[in-house]
Amino acid sequence: MEFITQIFSYPFAVRAIIAGLLLSVSAALIGVNLVLKRFSMLGDGLSHVSFGAAAVGLACGVAPLQFSIPIVIIAAFLLLRLGRNSKINGDAATAIVSSSALAVGITVATLTTGMNTDISNYMFGSILALGKGEVVVAAVCGGMIIAIYVLFYQKIFAVTFDEDFAAVTGVKAKWYNSINAVLTAVTVVIGMRIMGALLISSIITFPALSSMRICKHYKCTVIVAAVVSVVSFLTGLLLSFAFDIPAGAAVVLTNLAAFLILSLVGKVKQI
Amino acid sequence: MSLITVKNLSAYYESRKVFEDVSFTVDEGDYLCIIGENGSGKTTLMKALLGIDIKHTGTVLYSGFCKKEIGWLPQKNQHQKDFPASVKEVIMSGFAGKGILGAFYSKKIKEQAKQNMRLLGIEGIAEKSFSELSGGQQQKVLLCRALCAAKKVLLLDEPVTSLDEAASEEMYSLIKKLNRDGMAIIMISHDISRAVAEAEHILSLSNNGFFFGTDAEYVEHVKGDI
Repeated sequence: MEFITQIFSYPFAVRAIIAGLLLSVSAALIGVNLVLKRFSMLGDGLSHVSFGAAAVGLACGVAPLQFSIPIVIIAAFLLLRLGRNSKINGDAATAIVSSSALAVGITVATLTTGMNTDISNYMFGSILALGKGEVVVAAVCGGMIIAIYVLFYQKIFAVTFDEDFAAVTGVKAKWYNSINAVLTAVTVVIGMRIMGALLISSIITFPALSSMRICKHYKCTVIVAAVVSVVSFLTGLLLSFAFDIPAGAAVVLTNLAAFLILSLVGKVKQI
Repeated sequence: MSLITVKNLSAYYESRKVFEDVSFTVDEGDYLCIIGENGSGKTTLMKALLGIDIKHTGTVLYSGFCKKEIGWLPQKNQHQKDFPASVKEVIMSGFAGKGILGAFYSKKIKEQAKQNMRLLGIEGIAEKSFSELSGGQQQKVLLCRALCAAKKVLLLDEPVTSLDEAASEEMYSLIKKLNRDGMAIIMISHDISRAVAEAEHILSLSNNGFFFGTDAEYVEHVKGDI
């Protein structure tokens, strides 16, 4: 108990927790749709693009987050578009873009600033180094994503379940797909700062997959995914403080544990 | 009065012409079956009626309702096996186009959904998982979803394909019931004799032209061919 009150006495830790909680919920919401639409790898691809853009931003002396967001949004649109183009299918396109962007990032970083702590922070995350400005950006984006999701919940479900049918009934399916691309891109960029480019995609896909082990209804899936994400984040963060391990890695490991536990629960329920 | 009037409709797939100059009308409360061999463009025609990305020329006119008030049952369901959704959630998505904001539907809409479920005899499975239902029950749920979106006309793309005999019979009788209640039906079918038995009008597509007339006229028309 004393340990926990001690954590809350540090302003940087409180900031990290607030930003992280909002990010966890929005990543889980986005993740449910990406997993169900078979775009699980999109988050991974975009995180590498985000890293590449941040490295270029640092080299040019531009704020890396603000520089990354538009670039990652463009990449999200291209990848979702390419997914529909039969000549290069979606996962191949994601693989190409992902490694190319990482290569650009590393090359630019090595030639200019060198592989310093800043670069490594974007690679592996640095939740405790979050500045006030970054927390505000993360909170606004996270809040916005949650609000959009709640406001358009029924339409998002219709488009995810059956895009053609939704479009026929008058839902602007293409518009919702675009919103989804933008929200995914924003989540990835903000999440990269906290979780690191290499680990952010896991907090998008893990909660959805964990929740689908036990839920048969969409609403249940969404709610359980958000809860799993928040609980895993808090547990991971505590572990990271207690054992002095990187927060991103600790959060992913608790998510893995949650997935294994819920898989087991799902199996037992079936019997 | 004609609900749908189609004039000189031609459709293209890439640069190939799928069918040419097809004209027909669908009246209020009509039952039209679209038949024809594979590749004759039955589904393409239906998609053109629905306004899905199909390159076409000619005119399609609706009167008394707008395009988004068509109820559509797509050809065999392509939903993923593991999609977590309840029967109720799937059915309610038929209303998603009606300017709903937020996570909850109004009481009036919920009541309408309930009524449609009762009509099709599926109110007992509302909370079941959609992906765990049998093929026949899934089709009934998707028919109910189409009914929720529909004002005057249902477009059904091979609704009984891949169903066993009992489930097919049930599906045919439900469609008939909806038709008697005043819903116009446009159905694509593989089973020609059944189509003639069920429908009032037949639209037959083939690579060398099309036929449109009543079921009796169709029987005469085919006789002439032999």
